[in-house]
Amino acid sequence: MIGRDILGIEDLSRDDIETILETAERMQEIGAREVKKVPTLRGRTLINLFFEPSTRTQTSFEIAGKRLAADVVNFSVSGSSVSKRETLLDTAKTLDAMDPDAVVVRHKVAGVPHRLAEVLEAPVINAGDGAHEHPSQALLDMLTVREQKGRIEGLTITIVGDIAHSRVARSNIYGFTKLGAEVRVAGPPTMLPAEVESLGVKSFTSLKDAIEGADVVMALRIQMERLEGACFPSVREYAATFGLDRAKLRFAKEDAIVMHPGPVNRGVELAHELADSSPSVILDQVRNGVALRMALLYLVAGRGGR
Amino acid sequence: MPPPAASPEASVSTQAPSSAAKTSSLSGSIDAPERVVLDDQAIRRALMRMAHEIVESADGIERLYLIAIPNGGVPLGRLLVDNLERLTGTRPPLGILDTTLYRDDLSTRGARPQLRRTEMPSSVDDRVVVLVEDVVSTGRTIRAGMDALMDFGRPSHVRVVALVDRGHRELPIKIDYVGKNIPTQPNDKVVFRVADADEPAADGAEEGEEAVVGELQLVLRPGDSADSEQGRGA
Repeated sequence: MIGRDILGIEDLSRDDIETILETAERMQEIGAREVKKVPTLRGRTLINLFFEPSTRTQTSFEIAGKRLAADVVNFSVSGSSVSKRETLLDTAKTLDAMDPDAVVVRHKVAGVPHRLAEVLEAPVINAGDGAHEHPSQALLDMLTVREQKGRIEGLTITIVGDIAHSRVARSNIYGFTKLGAEVRVAGPPTMLPAEVESLGVKSFTSLKDAIEGADVVMALRIQMERLEGACFPSVREYAATFGLDRAKLRFAKEDAIVMHPGPVNRGVELAHELADSSPSVILDQVRNGVALRMALLYLVAGRGGR
Repeated sequence: MPPPAASPEASVSTQAPSSAAKTSSLSGSIDAPERVVLDDQAIRRALMRMAHEIVESADGIERLYLIAIPNGGVPLGRLLVDNLERLTGTRPPLGILDTTLYRDDLSTRGARPQLRRTEMPSSVDDRVVVLVEDVVSTGRTIRAGMDALMDFGRPSHVRVVALVDRGHRELPIKIDYVGKNIPTQPNDKVVFRVADADEPAADGAEEGEEAVVGELQLVLRPGDSADSEQGRGA
């Protein structure tokens, strides 16, 4: 996969996904060492190009790059020439002229990483574009489910929340269905895209029906500021209807796990009691995020053999 | 990167599968006739002799720590540890150390090789570490193995045991315990494998802690001179 862009799960084959997950499973061991560094990408340069603030994803990519001994440069919007009205493409080309071996891009507009991939020599990894895709998040979610359940094929995965505006949901839908899981989505009708079932998922407006017999329940972050009043009457009502707590989780399988891409709105999409302990694997997701991103960098970083 | 320059979607290639278990499905040049250089009995005899040598030169078995380099080193390491236990009554720990991330040819290869597992059950500090490899040639894998080892601590000694030394060294690496020296052409392939009579382990690399069953074999497959992929990491 060397030199290849990772723009979305939609473009990846089942084999690609499995190669990435297997590589990430090997990378996990490095994070458990006392000296958490291998020399694999020594002398390579990774640029984190974030047009939208993101502490978690950016930090995770940075740590991943550093554990592989790459030089990591963070380029974020504030204090950059983006505020001097340089165009997106000029910014990208300028960075590309510095010969990075991979560029990680986040942007609030869908499709920006694809556009950049067309002009950059370095492989581009999409770290989230608008409401489109967030492939590394979906891959770390798949890695976590495989670690917890030993498999993905045949499992029932329920994703709860703002499906319509969530790149995490979309990437996970592509990923888990490609690997043979049954994916269900649930939320208020205002948050379910009209044609969502064409992606091969079942959609529910009743949380109970959606998590009945589920192996994995994934709650999405609710963007309260933006959505209150627009998609649901009040945060309290959303929490009462779609917020996950132990009582509602009873409908899922007894050994069901709870996931969340973070950061959690405690008491909204996830009750306190679930955010912190056992059925929840949120911190495993974070830990696996580093190993997964190491795998992506290992597999694609490089300037195409030139 | 731009589409015109995009490299073809290459599958991640591994090195010549060594313990890959599946006798018939070994990749590479299928047509070349292969010759069994060491059969099961010869390999087991060599492993017993090497265990004796390890005990002889080790200053006490307590500090011994065998670390196998996958894939081929893993079944050999397991058999050596069995032998050492039989000889001394003490079973030295056995670790598994993948050297892939330490290779010196990652930037020149087309695709990134598949990673194998690493399991280091105890600290290497002040231990007499014996790296276990199936076939040593250029010495580059051993070099990578030593670098990887140092990331885990500071062994008091590092030694190398190999079933076969096939020559063509490119680095100043010495093998302390050798099963057999086999002269080869650079393009030949020398493959150690465990031919499993029954069901092969799903992945060859994932065989867990169980004993090594199946017939051991070391084969030499003469290479054709156009094949340039040879002798790379070994």
